Amino acid sequence: MSRTSLDLWVGFFVIIGMGALLFLAMKVGNVGTSNFDETYVIKAQFDNIGGLKVRAPVKSAGVVVGRVTNIGFDTESYRAEVTFSLGAGYRFPKDTIATILTSGLLGEQYVGLDAGGDSEMLTNGDAVQLTQSAVVLEKLIGQFMFDKAAETPAN
Amino acid sequence: MTALLDLVRRIGAGVVEAVWRIGFATRFFGLLLAYSGQSLARLHLTIREIYFSGVLSLLIIVVSGLFVGMVLGLQGYETLQRYGSSEALGVLVALSLTRELGPVVAALLFASRAGSAVTAEIGLMKTTEQLKAMDMMAVNPLARVVAPRFWGGVISMPLLAALFSAMGVFGGWLIGVVFIGVDEGAFWSQMQAAVDFRFDVLNGVIKSFVFGVAVALIAVFEGYDCTPTAEGVSRAITRTVVSSALAILALDFVLTSFMFRGQS
Amino acid sequence: MTPLDSDDALVRLQDVRFAYGEREILRGLDFSVRRGQVVAVMGGSGCGKTTLLQLIGGQLRASAGTVLVAGHDLARLSTGQLYALRRRMGMLFQFGALFTDMSVFDNVAFPLREHTDLPSELIHDLVMMKLNAVGLRGAAKLKPAELSGGMARRVALARAIALDPMLIMYDEPFAGLDPISLGVIGQLIRRLNDALGASTVMVTHDIVESLQIVDYIYFISEGRIVAQGTPDEIRASADPFVHQFIHAEADGPVPFHYPAGPLAESLIGGRPA
Repeated sequence: MSRTSLDLWVGFFVIIGMGALLFLAMKVGNVGTSNFDETYVIKAQFDNIGGLKVRAPVKSAGVVVGRVTNIGFDTESYRAEVTFSLGAGYRFPKDTIATILTSGLLGEQYVGLDAGGDSEMLTNGDAVQLTQSAVVLEKLIGQFMFDKAAETPAN
Repeated sequence: MTALLDLVRRIGAGVVEAVWRIGFATRFFGLLLAYSGQSLARLHLTIREIYFSGVLSLLIIVVSGLFVGMVLGLQGYETLQRYGSSEALGVLVALSLTRELGPVVAALLFASRAGSAVTAEIGLMKTTEQLKAMDMMAVNPLARVVAPRFWGGVISMPLLAALFSAMGVFGGWLIGVVFIGVDEGAFWSQMQAAVDFRFDVLNGVIKSFVFGVAVALIAVFEGYDCTPTAEGVSRAITRTVVSSALAILALDFVLTSFMFRGQS
Repeated sequence: MTPLDSDDALVRLQDVRFAYGEREILRGLDFSVRRGQVVAVMGGSGCGKTTLLQLIGGQLRASAGTVLVAGHDLARLSTGQLYALRRRMGMLFQFGALFTDMSVFDNVAFPLREHTDLPSELIHDLVMMKLNAVGLRGAAKLKPAELSGGMARRVALARAIALDPMLIMYDEPFAGLDPISLGVIGQLIRRLNDALGASTVMVTHDIVESLQIVDYIYFISEGRIVAQGTPDEIRASADPFVHQFIHAEADGPVPFHYPAGPLAESLIGGRPA
């Protein structure tokens, strides 16, 4: 095999190999989502974070605006402290509510932000004051059973 | 009683031999890296080896990738649809391939096809005194013969693993979407949401690179170190395939525990 | 004429010892080759002849004694210096050791391409001339697998002289060849040596061919030189070892029987009751 046709085959091989890698990166995985150019850090405290994990998305109106970067425990207030970084372009008012929601019925959990009406915005390092914890299934069932029991007439 | 002592003695000797070989292989690896300058300066040597190791393995990698992807699609659908989650098929296929099956199976196939060929080539050159002749002509055989084959393997491996994974995803799509009828939009969108470039695809590439180094090193070492007889060469080829398989699986465990430990 | 006394020795080994692990192969060897000489080294199998060649080429290092090639002590050379010295040597291995993935032409061109910066046209002509010297110019495009044993060895010879070496070494050049090829190789060894003004060291068993072409012969037995001389001196020698070797006698200083007890003890009938 002459040198030139060998080079052709090797070039072809490298190109389709790189192409496969590109395909995996673009069509199969998601390249851009975890990277916002500039971010700022916000904290929030919850009574119960349920199954929230680090790297979970932070969404508002269903659009991903940030990521959870850290989950800790505050030993003074005995609540979970969640730190997340939001894209610099997304500003939220100080009376925004942070809730832990579930995507779908059995999907993974994420933080949802409902913007309030305050004229002042949250800045880097601020804490969201109003939070709603995750729905814990056992408490939900307990609540349902309690409501059901209250409905039947006490006879 | 003496039979038992004899067995223990032989095991001990075997262990000592293995440790000695590993030490020798490490020194060999160091020399190989030191003499790799020519593989870069005279690129056509390395390109030739990329052809023989990489291009000639394309057929088996692509076909195997396709079949593995199709089986994943089939088995995955069968299990997922029991829980009403058949739309997660894309996620299942893509994650299995990019994280594990792509790098590992492609490396195993590569070791069997290209690794054994390299060991045979170098072993035969040693048996017919070609390496000694080269040495006597003041050309370092490590630089001229061994190093290009090593780098040819290292470069080919990640490319082949990526091709394997890509073909596998295609195979999964073929079975899942085209034949069975899973929703195409859900297939791709859930896959893209779940497969992270840095964690899954890139880690897979890192794995395949590490496997490439291991397989290429074992292949050239066994060839270079073999007993220069026909029987010695055939034993060296067997050792290449077996040692490569063990190394790949062991390294896979180590790398996986490092990379995916953080995921709770 | 004792070569050990002359000063223009290209190769000189003094009291060289070599052991492979615990086995002593060479036990105090004195050996030298003058410029322009063709020297044969003979001896039984496993006596250390090939080891001698490897010591001269620097592939092995002596356990004791000095190995001097062109005035350089091989033990003191760095790898780079050894390689520089090897560029002036040519070695013909027993079965040729041609590179099987290249053509005959590329094999002979190999040392030229690796060690010189000559343009490809010049290399082409040089290769053709070397092949012509061994009579195989027409086989330039063939692959080593397509050559007969004798032809392969001639190509290897062309490759060994590609850089016009000052020292040419042969490991069993006559082994396994038909009578015509024997004659051809023998003539080539002598002619090329004289044409290049080089020295030649030849390890061989072949008495008939060697006595016709060499200037001096060394006999090695059990790691030592047991006899040496010019072909005429050797033919007239009364030394029992030389005599046995030259006349191919079954028994003599090299015994026929591997050491063992009396025959009677090995037979079942002969054992005491």
